[in-house]
Amino acid sequence: MNLDLLFQYIAAGLTYGFIYAIVAIGFNIIYNTTGIINFAQGEFVMLGSMIAISLHPFMPLFPAIVLAVVITMLIGAIMEIAFFRWIESPTILRMIIITIGLSILIREAALAIWGENVRALPYFTGNEVTSVSILGARVSPQVLWVVGVCSVTVLALQAFFKFTRYGWQMRACAVNRDAARLCGIKAKNMVTLSFMLSAGIGALAGCVVSPITYSQYNMGVPLAIKGFTVAILGGLGNYLAAVAGGIVLGIIESFSVWVLPSAYKDSIAIGILLIILFFRPGGLFGSKEELALKEF
Amino acid sequence: MLRVRNIEAGYGKVKVLRRVSLHVSPGEIVTIIGANGAGKTTLLKSIAGLLRTWSGEIRFRDKDITNGAPESIVALGCVLVPEGRQVFSTMTVRENLELGATVRYKREPKEAIQDDLNRVFELFPRLKERQGQLAGTLSGGEQQMLAIGRALMSGAELIMMDEPSMGLAPVIVKEIFRIISELRKQGKTILLVEQNAKAALSISDRGYVIETGRIVLQEPAEALLENRDVQRAYLGRDLDAEVEI
Repeated sequence: MNLDLLFQYIAAGLTYGFIYAIVAIGFNIIYNTTGIINFAQGEFVMLGSMIAISLHPFMPLFPAIVLAVVITMLIGAIMEIAFFRWIESPTILRMIIITIGLSILIREAALAIWGENVRALPYFTGNEVTSVSILGARVSPQVLWVVGVCSVTVLALQAFFKFTRYGWQMRACAVNRDAARLCGIKAKNMVTLSFMLSAGIGALAGCVVSPITYSQYNMGVPLAIKGFTVAILGGLGNYLAAVAGGIVLGIIESFSVWVLPSAYKDSIAIGILLIILFFRPGGLFGSKEELALKEF
Repeated sequence: MLRVRNIEAGYGKVKVLRRVSLHVSPGEIVTIIGANGAGKTTLLKSIAGLLRTWSGEIRFRDKDITNGAPESIVALGCVLVPEGRQVFSTMTVRENLELGATVRYKREPKEAIQDDLNRVFELFPRLKERQGQLAGTLSGGEQQMLAIGRALMSGAELIMMDEPSMGLAPVIVKEIFRIISELRKQGKTILLVEQNAKAALSISDRGYVIETGRIVLQEPAEALLENRDVQRAYLGRDLDAEVEI
């Protein structure tokens, strides 16, 4: 293998890796404030890109994306208010099953609205054949968009949790919900906020990746599985580990094409997930002690 | 200031509190003593809104707060320092303290909150030194101080404390009780739940004894310290068994 090809694989791996990381971060945000795994996370990605595609004929690309993100955030908020907020004494399992139901519901609704057609947003800059040369590898500018937007999202999120009052309140809820309520933090609103946040960043990821991977009503399922793998790989609840986990999975997948037929590509994530669950259930960066304290 | 009337509460089908009534007047330190499992923590949790009561009424400053949400009860000025401290361990000391003031950001100027932060730092100089440190890395005594400081930041007038001396070294326990008396001097009202009955009663005005979910005795603190049954059960001293020489 020559060096150019190596970089080519790495670039492809990074693209997908960042998308997986964003989906995983979506899982983590909701997991951290509620303790549940939101299996409708992939549907947020799908909704974001499909809504943006539907809006695009009526407005320029960037307003369409912003509006799609906002609409998906509202859908996330409505989901939480309608299905989770009123539950008196929620058990984790019950809430997880609700998210699975919601993911099926959203997918079927999307099928009814948009049909089975495969669509895509246009490339943000240039078109399918435009490419820039980085270290000898030819990469589409869209790859740079993906990596750039995802990095900015991760940094913005990090700043949100570190420096803003709402960020602190969400972290406090994540650490100790009862103590947070005793401080006067409205824990239920923080849960709604966490659904909105993860819906928003999921939708954004869906939009930037749409030109490369195309969008369809069921695009959320494989993304959710891979995002979930990455979240487990990094250790549930850990944002930066999710980014590292995403990049690892993306690059492994990308290099797997070199040794295995590409049809096996998708099975790699599941294989890794099983291996982690067998040998390091706390994730690569998680500790056993921490795991023992968690319900899921 | 606080009036609890005939409340009953419990977990699942198990009733823990049976028609418990008590009151706390402004400026008082009131202690509730009782054995493990008597319902002390359950009582405080019910008042703070963490646990739904089955019947009865809780009034705070003439407002009905029965089964109110914890966050709105804090906003009214009644705060709980929970058992086992429960600081936000992965956040810094400073962040913990500022989160304590959550209910005030919308209704008070920033300066007032900053003043209170300085007052907490005066009360607990150790916290000032460690404000950038993660709360989980503090010692047990420091975490307790942080938990109290966080509650003070809410600006509440009534501070309920659940076993503040639990698991702490004797020197630190002494320090904590000194601070509790100091808080009263600053105008706070305190409702204390303690295993360390002797130390708690010695700084209190009144005391209640709770046994299997019922208040069985209510007296001024000195009277409880003298009471033979109380001494035998909670103060580790049995006057009847002591032989006069």
